[in-house]
Amino acid sequence: MLAQSTAPEETRFLELKPFSDEMIVSMGPQHPSTHGVLKLELRLDGEVVRDAIPHIGYLHRCFEKHAENLSYEQIVPFTDRLDYIASMNQNWGFCLAVEEMLATDPSKFESVPERAEYLRVLAGELNRIASHLLAFGTYGMDIGAFTPFLYAFRDREKILFLFEKLCGARLTYNYIRVGGVSRDLPPGLLDDVSDFLDYFEPKIDEYNALLTNNKIFIERTAGVAVMDEEMTINYGASGPNLRGAGRKWDLRKDEPYSIYDQFDFEIPIGEEIPSLGIVLGDCWNRYMVRMDEMKESVKILRQLINKEWPEGPIMASMKAIRPPEGEVYSRSEAPRGELGFYIISDGSAKPVRVKVKSPCFAALSALSELSRGLMLADIIAIIGSIDIVMGEVDR
Amino acid sequence: MTTNEILKRLQSEFGDDGIVLDGAETLDQFVIVPSTEVVPICEFLYHEPDLFFDSLSCLSGVDHSSDSDSMEVVYHLRSMVHIHQVIIKTIVPKESPRLFTVEHLWKAANWHEREIYDLYGVVFDNHSDLRRILLPDDWQGHPMRKDYQEPDMYRGIKVPY
Repeated sequence: MLAQSTAPEETRFLELKPFSDEMIVSMGPQHPSTHGVLKLELRLDGEVVRDAIPHIGYLHRCFEKHAENLSYEQIVPFTDRLDYIASMNQNWGFCLAVEEMLATDPSKFESVPERAEYLRVLAGELNRIASHLLAFGTYGMDIGAFTPFLYAFRDREKILFLFEKLCGARLTYNYIRVGGVSRDLPPGLLDDVSDFLDYFEPKIDEYNALLTNNKIFIERTAGVAVMDEEMTINYGASGPNLRGAGRKWDLRKDEPYSIYDQFDFEIPIGEEIPSLGIVLGDCWNRYMVRMDEMKESVKILRQLINKEWPEGPIMASMKAIRPPEGEVYSRSEAPRGELGFYIISDGSAKPVRVKVKSPCFAALSALSELSRGLMLADIIAIIGSIDIVMGEVDR
Repeated sequence: MTTNEILKRLQSEFGDDGIVLDGAETLDQFVIVPSTEVVPICEFLYHEPDLFFDSLSCLSGVDHSSDSDSMEVVYHLRSMVHIHQVIIKTIVPKESPRLFTVEHLWKAANWHEREIYDLYGVVFDNHSDLRRILLPDDWQGHPMRKDYQEPDMYRGIKVPY
């Protein structure tokens, strides 16, 4: 038995102030939507939140420990289960890191074939739309608007149908592999994607009319739980949470990977609307950035399907995946923010260490500070607006 | 700024002792620092205006092998103002590993340090709320260590499968 370090004695547990009206409410360990299993321990004074402590770990599946005992190819399907709402982007993030290591020895691995890059962008951007649709739908449901949820799931279903055609799976795709993708484009898929985009683009305005500009929705979210740029960066939160705070930062644009430098798209950021009480970094802005991002993804996809698609292989030719000794930290822009994979290799077929930097983990750690002094109902508005998926937080 | 320039700044401020560059040249290179100097170095990296590492991207524990008697803690730092990055690595013993927290600089460190405490057993002094985060409070041992042996039973549930 190895030496166990003992727990430090002073830990923070909620203690009630004597002779006060405060009470402790345990919220969870279930949350009635698809974010996953989260428990919040709240210290309430009437309806005002004095303190909120998230308890996580209910979905812990030891991904990092598993990864140390698997070969690189075998880890890819495990990454599907990190952020199961955007599995394509998780596959992609992991493969980018491994490919970055492999690329140091051009005699064994040159680069990902161009056709595979096209397919990756197709899958990644469709998944981004599906992920933001779910964020939009469940956010509405969380704060009391049930209809948007049905609309969002109706349209997400169409994307899942496209994925089913592309790779056979609807949720955990295992599509993007180290060195390429698993299947070539099925006949007619680009036409289906084009039809979907024609159908979907006007729908975004419909959603905005339905939820975004709804007076009750704005009242619930405008000016609530403001996370400014400095605080967001200090907590390591990224993606739509950072852009909602007004920082123009998107790894697809600022540190382009794959073929993102060939596309023309904008980075939506939050805006101040004083007449409605909307300020930078509030719940409404974090939500709105996702709605605008769907439009940009549509823009990217339209450019992609109108491009001249290169013929050729969809998988790089290589014998075995054995990255050289060394380490790499690779970032990619997942729908929920900057997804980092820190991989250490000793030159063998199995990694020494795989660490996932989860954007949701960082965003959720800000919840305590964000919720202090707000109303109980605002907690729900915050959780939806930072858009967490517990599968990725707990790993 | 490149890693080499940052290394020179650190060496001129803290001396050459123990502050060295390592790592494969074609991949990520990192600066190894003594475990006692982590907090002063992080404070320096945060407070110097031309360095200003305002973001702690990632904080990880690493156990290379069960034969070794030391572990590593790795800080991936990034400046969102100057858009540069550096990797700081420090080595701690497996027998009662201790470090000081960097929570006062980056709030992100709070949960990341709890995770390292939980999975590797590194104790972070001065941390405001150091307790397990992913595993249950009464779990025994630190599972990400390479020599970890899982218990046979946990609260009447068989653990190995």
